[in-house]
Amino acid sequence: MPKLPKLPAPPLPAALQEAPPRPSEGKGPSGPLEDAKQAGITVVDWVDERTSLSGATRWLLFRKVPKGTNWFYTLGSATMFAFLSQAVTGVFLAMYYRPDPAGGAYESIRYVTNDVFLGQFVRGMHKWGSSVMVILVFLHMGRTFFFGAYKYPRELNWVIGVVLLILTMVMSFTGYLLPFDQRAYWATIVGVNINGTGPLIGPYLSDFLRGGSEFGATTLSRFYAIHMLLVPGLLAALIGAHLYLVAKLGTSAPPWQKVEKRSELREAEV
Amino acid sequence: MNQREKEEYLREYAILKTQGKPFWPYAVAKDSAMACVVMAVIIAMSLVLGAELGPKANPTTTTYVPRPEWYFFFLFEVLRVIKPPSLVPLATIGVPTLCMILLFLLPFYDRGPERRPERRPIATATGIAVIAAMAFLTYQGANAGSPTTIEMSTPSTVTHTGGSSLAEYEAGKKVVAQSGCLACHKIGENGNSGPGPDLSHVGARLYRQAIARTLVNPTAPMPSFKNLPPQKFTAIVNFLSQLK
Ligand code: HEC
Ligand code: HEM
Repeated sequence: MPKLPKLPAPPLPAALQEAPPRPSEGKGPSGPLEDAKQAGITVVDWVDERTSLSGATRWLLFRKVPKGTNWFYTLGSATMFAFLSQAVTGVFLAMYYRPDPAGGAYESIRYVTNDVFLGQFVRGMHKWGSSVMVILVFLHMGRTFFFGAYKYPRELNWVIGVVLLILTMVMSFTGYLLPFDQRAYWATIVGVNINGTGPLIGPYLSDFLRGGSEFGATTLSRFYAIHMLLVPGLLAALIGAHLYLVAKLGTSAPPWQKVEKRSELREAEV
Repeated sequence: MNQREKEEYLREYAILKTQGKPFWPYAVAKDSAMACVVMAVIIAMSLVLGAELGPKANPTTTTYVPRPEWYFFFLFEVLRVIKPPSLVPLATIGVPTLCMILLFLLPFYDRGPERRPERRPIATATGIAVIAAMAFLTYQGANAGSPTTIEMSTPSTVTHTGGSSLAEYEAGKKVVAQSGCLACHKIGENGNSGPGPDLSHVGARLYRQAIARTLVNPTAPMPSFKNLPPQKFTAIVNFLSQLK
């Protein structure tokens, strides 16, 4: 259908029209006070004119969350928050850490723990934050499992979730070696050996992790790169995809939620 | 779910959604409250539990506890339960891989339209059983320590010979006790039964050379001990070969 031209709006009667500002009110239409008041809006407008982000933001923020959504639905975002906390504390640890198996790694962690202002606190947050994040991932997975939230149309989000679970476990496995104390060293040797017993790819996987057939100098830098760059990048990207799907499909309603059809909808269905 | 069930679900979901509240500010407020709780828990744990740092890693002394972070305990325990060497690959990677595949494919084999847990008895029971099993294995793993002393009576053959043989035996016992072997092996009444075999009578089973070869070039998951100082290494071999 060809687009019809829009009729101009009918003129308002004079009584309803807004009175023009009197000269005594303010210093005219572009006084500094008005400018300051408008500044925020102007900046947002400026960005929006060039990015058209406001539509997406409105879509994200003002979508409706189904009736009956309860506290169990906060577990996913709590996991994301734990991940963000790990990212921030991890950046601070990375400012001091040296992936040097000859002693630098251990020394740098010892320095952070004993000498840096609040160093032990930040290291503790990173260390215990990992436990919190693992617990939250499992709780969130339990929620989606028992609520049947993995069923149509959210299958793909479940699959992405399982990848997120594996990546979270990879993070804690690779991070465990980095302080390079006795416990870290020997537990990781055993862990890598366990990988090596796997069928088919097992030996290749453990060779890849060690950077050779021996646990040597490259092993620590491999674990460091995996822990610092590879997996966090993947995690961030996949969390993005996970959340996009949540916003697109909407969070599932609790399985017990009854649908009360309102009369106008019932009529529409007939 | 067939096409009709899918459409019915989408229709009901659309109604529930129109009756709901907007994400901002209602859901955001709840999520933020939860985030504050998470932050408070992490800070409290950091302040109370701190961050310890053990002695520096050292391939030549093995006074170590080869234990993973606590949330991997259940995997280590699976290893302990399934012991015969031919089954080790099954335990270490086979079972976890199978579980992962089952987890990945869950939405593709569980396709029923029902979502209420009490009307999906198989799924709900399986979920609860898995959680119980993991909790039990984690608990077991948390309680399986790695003792650092061996208490057992010296074999009569050794006490009879006495002298240097007895001294060697005692020295080896000490090294073995401190080298973390007991995390994976049982010797007499000491240590964990698994994932490695019981070593109470290895001397009767293996020659000295075979024991030495195992220590240098072991089957996974046992770590190699070839970097031990030679006299410690011989002490271990001497001790083990006297366990008949
Ligand atoms: C991470 C666990 C682990 C640790 C730690 C460990 N082992 Fe083992 N060990 C094993 C496993 C698993 C086997 C079985 C491998 C096989 O039979 O192929 C084994 C096999 C052996 C064997 C061969 C036994 C036989 O009957 O074939 C000897 C001897 C042995 N270990 C000695 C030691 C000593 C000595 C130490 C400490 C210095 C030690 N192990 C530490 C896991 C471990
Ligand atoms: C890094 C880890 C993860 C993060 C940050 C994360 C984040 C989120 C968030 C914020 C939501 C919105 C709804 C809610 O909070 O419950 C969600 C939904 C969902 N997640 Fe995750 N998640 C993670 C891991 C997982 C895992 C391990 C699974 C399962 C294997 C999973 C499966 C799902 C499913 C199926 C939904 C849709 C639920 C519904 O619509 O009711 N997620 N996720």
